[in-house]
Amino acid sequence: MLIFEHSRPGRRNYSQSPATAAEIRNIPQNLLRKTLPLLPEVSEMDAVRHYTRLSQLNFSIDTQFYPLGSCTMKYNPRVCNSLAMLPQFLARHPLASEDTGQGFLACMYELQEILKDVTGMAGVSLTPMAGAQGEFVGVAMIRAYHEARGDYARTEIIVPDAAHGTNPATAVMCGYKVVEIPTGKEGDVDMAALKAAVGPKTAGLMLTNPSTLGVFEKNIAEMSKIVHQAGGLLYYDGANLNAILGKVKPGDMGFDVIHINLHKTFSTPHGGGGPGSAPVGVAERLLPFMPVPVVAFEQGTYRWLTEKEIPQSIGRLSAHMGNAGVLLRAYIYIRLLGAEGMHRVAEFATLNANYLMVELSKAGFEIAYPTRRASHEFIVTLKDLKEKTGVTAMNVAKRLLDKGYHAPTTYFPMLVPECLLIEPAETESKQTLDAFVASMKEILAEAHAQPEMLKGAPHTTPVRKLDDVKAAREPDLTWKQSS
Amino acid sequence: MPFIPHTEEDISVMLASIGANTIEDLFDEIPPALKNGSLQVLPGLSEMEISRLMLERAETDGRYLNFIGAGAYEHHIPAAVWQITTRGEFYSSYTPYQAEASQGTLQLLYEYQTMMASLTGMDVSNASMYDGASALAEAALMAVRSHKSSRRILMPTTVHPIYRRVVRAIVKNQGIEVVEIPYCAECGHTLVESLAPYAGQDIAALVIPQPNFFGVLEPVDALTDWAHSNNALAIGVVNPMALALLTPPGEWGSTGADIAVGEGQPLGIPLSSGGPYFGFMACKQSLVRQIPGRIIGRTTDLDGKTGFVLTLQAREQHIRRSKATSNICTNQGLMVTAATIYMSLVGPEGLRRIAAQSHANTIALVEQMETLKGVKRIFSGPLFHEAAVTLPTPTDAVLQTLKNQGILAGLNLGEHYPELGNALLVCATETKIAADLEKYVEHLRQALA
Repeated sequence: MLIFEHSRPGRRNYSQSPATAAEIRNIPQNLLRKTLPLLPEVSEMDAVRHYTRLSQLNFSIDTQFYPLGSCTMKYNPRVCNSLAMLPQFLARHPLASEDTGQGFLACMYELQEILKDVTGMAGVSLTPMAGAQGEFVGVAMIRAYHEARGDYARTEIIVPDAAHGTNPATAVMCGYKVVEIPTGKEGDVDMAALKAAVGPKTAGLMLTNPSTLGVFEKNIAEMSKIVHQAGGLLYYDGANLNAILGKVKPGDMGFDVIHINLHKTFSTPHGGGGPGSAPVGVAERLLPFMPVPVVAFEQGTYRWLTEKEIPQSIGRLSAHMGNAGVLLRAYIYIRLLGAEGMHRVAEFATLNANYLMVELSKAGFEIAYPTRRASHEFIVTLKDLKEKTGVTAMNVAKRLLDKGYHAPTTYFPMLVPECLLIEPAETESKQTLDAFVASMKEILAEAHAQPEMLKGAPHTTPVRKLDDVKAAREPDLTWKQSS
Repeated sequence: MPFIPHTEEDISVMLASIGANTIEDLFDEIPPALKNGSLQVLPGLSEMEISRLMLERAETDGRYLNFIGAGAYEHHIPAAVWQITTRGEFYSSYTPYQAEASQGTLQLLYEYQTMMASLTGMDVSNASMYDGASALAEAALMAVRSHKSSRRILMPTTVHPIYRRVVRAIVKNQGIEVVEIPYCAECGHTLVESLAPYAGQDIAALVIPQPNFFGVLEPVDALTDWAHSNNALAIGVVNPMALALLTPPGEWGSTGADIAVGEGQPLGIPLSSGGPYFGFMACKQSLVRQIPGRIIGRTTDLDGKTGFVLTLQAREQHIRRSKATSNICTNQGLMVTAATIYMSLVGPEGLRRIAAQSHANTIALVEQMETLKGVKRIFSGPLFHEAAVTLPTPTDAVLQTLKNQGILAGLNLGEHYPELGNALLVCATETKIAADLEKYVEHLRQALA
């Protein structure tokens, strides 16, 4: 039932608005709204019950295991939320002067410094509001760098075929042509193809390492050399930073610019699809182009640096300073972990991934890159299973929902057929992983014994398989009073 | 070892299963020369220690009586909004790709789309953008995509100055030209006459703010009709709270604006130093396949039961890659959760009263301010809940003096519009009572004396 169907004309929630309706002065009749908007007319209890019930229809980390590759679904500590929601932090207006926000700015400055250290970069700007915006900023800085040198010939960005869809989409938003290069048998970028692709038109290369195939690009040092020698810059998509935290720094691998998904590695909540936050780190030569504002600490005082101090900046991406509350949560999480905790994040994420990979292999699942170590994630391919039983990766994913697990990432990366990209994250225990393997074993048996049952999965969720085709062909995007 | 549950026994059993001696062995594919374990990060804190540190920092920042608006507005937020929003099932859930496991978020977003479409008077709404400024930039890109021949956007200087910068930063690499249109110095809004130089030219869109950055209401009907008669789209950039009182973009002019965007923060989102907020975007049916971001649709399951899914995904980056309408994937889901609950709790009449009270408080404040010598409203145009006021002495010094009394007196407007001299932008929402207004005026009197 929709909230609108609970609505009754004239029902009001009296404690949540002024007792009397103030007189509208000064506004001409032609600018005034003639009818009230279609908002629900419900009691406070109606609304509380309705949205509490809706919440109960969701899977979440607080209720389920999410082996969701490339998404780093780790536990979101509750204290990060409660401290970021202290009344003083919530009430602070973004345009209030800096001296009214020294406590907040101290957290932001320290976060910048910590992220510089962790990534091995020379500068960090916290402003991008999501991974895709971080990518946009990164590529825009690459473009600004080339143009500042008077080099307008560089019109191409190289992207491996295994990359996230945001990489090519971002390159296009920055006015670049995308050159895709293939992946070799072992999951590394095809070096011959890279050599053939670089040249005077190369503005840069966008790379995730460990890659979306769950393996570390062993040739990264050579790749870096090839791209730099051609005059291009290296962009690091930080989606998989969790795998190497405290082990390798992207700056040491030769990357010139990086974005960090705080909602992955630094445990800020996914919130059902945002808000994210994606600070960017830059090497020395990109410092003049960083997006503003950036926090500085001078003579014992924190203050914002803006276009005045960074005149070549690529500019602003948001009305204020980005997703401040998300940045606070990440800062709190990092201070809880400390240096030792950060090392352990990568170690235990990697331990969990390799253990799960081996156990699933023993259970009869085919691993896409069996000769490689898993980073913090790995790929299972169900190509054979599909040929034998007709059961697809999607069927297995949906059946997992019945067993109380969120599905792994499916059909990504697109170059591995019938794939499940699995990332357990460090916060899951061995017992949870074992139980997951047991469920996967059951599903494998079901695939052979009852393939038709699997194809109809899920069976126990609040709704069964939904008709996507109908949704797209006859779009019903808003509720209408008559419907 | 915070948030890592492994016992020593677990670790040894797991390593044995893998066939590795130590955890470090699992990193043996990383070239040794690249390994670098040095971190300057301080040792970890316990929950008690970090709580103490953050409380101290929050107290350093203190609390002020706030009269700043300028795109971020202080409104009362019912307690239920964030208590429900931070339930783990909303807070820690993933983007709803697995529809069967995400019906709560998906249904809520469908309800949100319905509310926003109605509030803006448009046919459809997406499931949110990052913030108001970036939503305006995406609207400009959308207009250029659908217009096909023109890459030029007309942008009144009454649009939020930072929004204008954000639009430029986001669209400049795609060869899009943003032309600024001056405002009427007397009335404080855009005049149709100032668009005359562009009549008959190839223009993708005209941006129309309502209310504008000065708090003044624009002649939206005439501006929308001008855009349409020049084959340009009309993009409304609107305050959703104001729409409880004002004609929605879908009803502007003879056929309505084509795209409506804005900052969703007034709908239940705390000020919190600027974010996270959320942007909204709604449009006419004819533009639905050009809209960026997530859209939720209602459909049925195998048993014919109603359910909700992400739909029209053929526009998006994970399917279309380099041919997507935008690179956006994540939006501001949790903020939209709060806004949807907020709109349900206050309802249509409640939202109208909150908007009306904000309007009345601002007018009352300005009238009292105008009793002081040399203090005067700058513009004659009608206002919603914010006003530009001229001061007899430099703005910064006045702001400093009032701040020392615990009052944030407004925004120094001269920083963005030097031609206005000693100017202040003030806002008094429904959160202010008569005593607050008196306190403000009394301290302003002393500061100017």
